[in-house]
Amino acid sequence: MSSKEVIAKRAAAALVDGDIVNLGIGIPTLAADFIPDHIKVFLHSENGILGIGPTPLEGKVDKDLVNAGKLPVTVETGASYFDSASSFGMIRGGHIDVSILGVLEVDEKGRVANWSVPGKSVLGVGGAMDLLEGSKKVIVTTLHTAKNGASKIVKDLHYPITSERPADIIITELCVFDVDAEGLILTELFPGVSLTEVKAKTDAYFRIKENLIETESESKGAD
Amino acid sequence: MTKLITRGEAMNYIKDGCRMMVGGFGLVGCPLTLVETLLATSVTDLEIISNNLGEPGKGLGALVRQGRVRKGIGSYFTSNPDVAAAFNRGELDIELLPQGTLSEAIRAGGAGIPAFYTGVGAGTKIAEGKEERVFSDKRYILQEALRADVALIKARKADELGNLIYSKSARNFNPIMAAAANIVIAEVDEIVPAGGLCPENIVTPHLFVDFLVLKEGG
Repeated sequence: MSSKEVIAKRAAAALVDGDIVNLGIGIPTLAADFIPDHIKVFLHSENGILGIGPTPLEGKVDKDLVNAGKLPVTVETGASYFDSASSFGMIRGGHIDVSILGVLEVDEKGRVANWSVPGKSVLGVGGAMDLLEGSKKVIVTTLHTAKNGASKIVKDLHYPITSERPADIIITELCVFDVDAEGLILTELFPGVSLTEVKAKTDAYFRIKENLIETESESKGAD
Repeated sequence: MTKLITRGEAMNYIKDGCRMMVGGFGLVGCPLTLVETLLATSVTDLEIISNNLGEPGKGLGALVRQGRVRKGIGSYFTSNPDVAAAFNRGELDIELLPQGTLSEAIRAGGAGIPAFYTGVGAGTKIAEGKEERVFSDKRYILQEALRADVALIKARKADELGNLIYSKSARNFNPIMAAAANIVIAEVDEIVPAGGLCPENIVTPHLFVDFLVLKEGG
């Protein structure tokens, strides 16, 4: 499993039967493939769909049916369509149980930057701010470090903040942090990951859950 | 009385310098026949309220490329590099709003609400220059409603009266824009006699719609 799939699988495991879920673009979209069989969740898309189904087969694409990333989708039995104002009313109004978001960075209070890169023209925000503001629970899914090795879990954001509202859970390919009023708490290390590695790759201050367990890699010797 | 006009006649309602709403999420639900017809006119200096400004050279993106858009008000222009280029050259003014604030501002504009407070964007760069107020210990920013001189929208089917139904996620901004402009022109795939649409299924009642134009081509 790739790093991104590890993250997506853990995010899907945080969902509860009956949840209304909004998936962002990138790693969050992958989470749809890992939703446990024993639960049923309903996928919301901010462009006006509740009940997104699997990606259509080639030749079965409907040009009027796309997700928020403008990619073709299908709908499942019981789906509904609505206008953009209604859709964002659902989001701001607290009717979305879980949003799974990608980020540029997250700070030690769990606050997110995911909409604007300084030095580039600020020309897109889309639904990023609305989803952080209004979702009951926000799960951040991100690689722990950027391509240049810099930590994405930072003391202070280098990019413009998306919302003052912090995320609730942060999932990387190495570990899971919960967020409370004080900041980050490391609650899980993935198999084969040491506390030393997480400390070395995390710029933000974090507390460590009591009895945190390091486990051996499940796939020792494999790629 | 008929609301059906040709796409050429529709252009009489779009004037130089006017403020125009255009439906669609990217090209999905965008009235492309009307936009293509507009491209063939010389109308310019437009202020466009639309979630995006089309794609490079496509839809509203073609108007941007021709330098005929003065200002864009929307939520996501990143997917069209022409928009960033025109903005950086100082040829295009941009007002960026969170997508929910954009859609609610349009809804409010159509519902007689001049402004509203929203928590979305409070404490961020989006809030710069906006009035702030605290309700129950939480910060909110004031957003003024949006209205336009003309709205170009896309629906799947109309009846002769102008009642509209939409297709799947091509609905998006179209029903709210139908309420928020002085002149509303709906491009539709098909027009049926009055009574041909089930009253329970009509999304946009005909009082919002001034003119109907039939979509051309695939």
